[in-house]
Amino acid sequence: METFISVLTDTFWSPYAAGIGIGILSWLSFLISGKPIATSTTFARAGGMIENLITGGKAEQRPYYKKIKLSIDWQWMLVSGVVLGSFLSAIISGDFQVGVWVPSLWASAFGDSTVLRVVVALAGGIILGFGARFGDGCTSGHGISGTLQLAVSSWVSVIFFFIGGVIAAHLIYFVIA
Amino acid sequence: MKRKKQYSKTPHDAENSAEKGRRPLLFGLVFGILFGFLLHKGGATKYDIIVAQLLLTDFTVLKIMLSAIVTGMIGIYFMKSMGWIKLSLKSGSIGKNVIGALIFGVGFAVLGYCPGTIAGAIGNGYLDAIVGGLAGIILGTWIFAVMYPKLKDGILKKGDFGDISLPGLFKVNDWVVVVPAAALIVLVLFLIEKAGY
Repeated sequence: METFISVLTDTFWSPYAAGIGIGILSWLSFLISGKPIATSTTFARAGGMIENLITGGKAEQRPYYKKIKLSIDWQWMLVSGVVLGSFLSAIISGDFQVGVWVPSLWASAFGDSTVLRVVVALAGGIILGFGARFGDGCTSGHGISGTLQLAVSSWVSVIFFFIGGVIAAHLIYFVIA
Repeated sequence: MKRKKQYSKTPHDAENSAEKGRRPLLFGLVFGILFGFLLHKGGATKYDIIVAQLLLTDFTVLKIMLSAIVTGMIGIYFMKSMGWIKLSLKSGSIGKNVIGALIFGVGFAVLGYCPGTIAGAIGNGYLDAIVGGLAGIILGTWIFAVMYPKLKDGILKKGDFGDISLPGLFKVNDWVVVVPAAALIVLVLFLIEKAGY
């Protein structure tokens, strides 16, 4: 019998349950905090803060960092919360991964070299981070929060996220591999 | 009015407003924990599931996104019609939302996580997310920040269309778009299920 506890310790829920939950969360986020759920600006703030640490505050002079303001804000806490929430769900469902460097789908095409996977992840991250700021949003900010508000910018973005992503993934797995 | 001003100067009230200043951050953390919990339960913190979506062999990611959009949209537009909330629309342009989004999509496929799901993947323990992906994303945003002065009045402004919503674009009542959009999303989900994905 499914009890409340056993639901929490299930590794996977129906994607619809997770999606409806995220939709309800977006109501609460708008109602209580007056903000849409979004994550990518936090990575940009982190970059500026690291530059500040290294150069003793020079990042403050960059127009982009003046625009987004380098501080620990609501969204920073949200992103920290995502790490915690995922950790919590993984731990209670026995799904926390220890020592996994290479995802199995990647390994099936490119082998189990840790160095190769980390280098490609680093390169992918650079493209993703650059694109997220270039496009002014990511899969959360545009892909969920913007689309559910029916923003034209976000619907255009999410369509092109997937066009770029589907083409690149097919090239990686069917041409390069 | 004058009395109110006087009261706000008392130390007790100052303390209260400091308390209020911290509360939004606490809510951010709580919403983040719930978001991360749901992303993990949905399977979206895993490279294999995200890339299988881009390879069109598994539709978990699209199912999560579309059911979040349809649920969120109905609630958000209801709360907007009641005057409880204001929308927060991002201003758009072809440069940002086509070129930028295509670059993002390529990075999405190469990395196999996006900014939200990588935070979830880190919580899930995936080391390629922590060591490779996180460092890469931060570096990528920094490169953008360095190039921003050159981009902001050029490509980012190309084909600017402002912060409009679909109901605003078509100049119709919100629900004229919300209801068909919700029906269309449900239909797409139904067709995905029917096709056996």
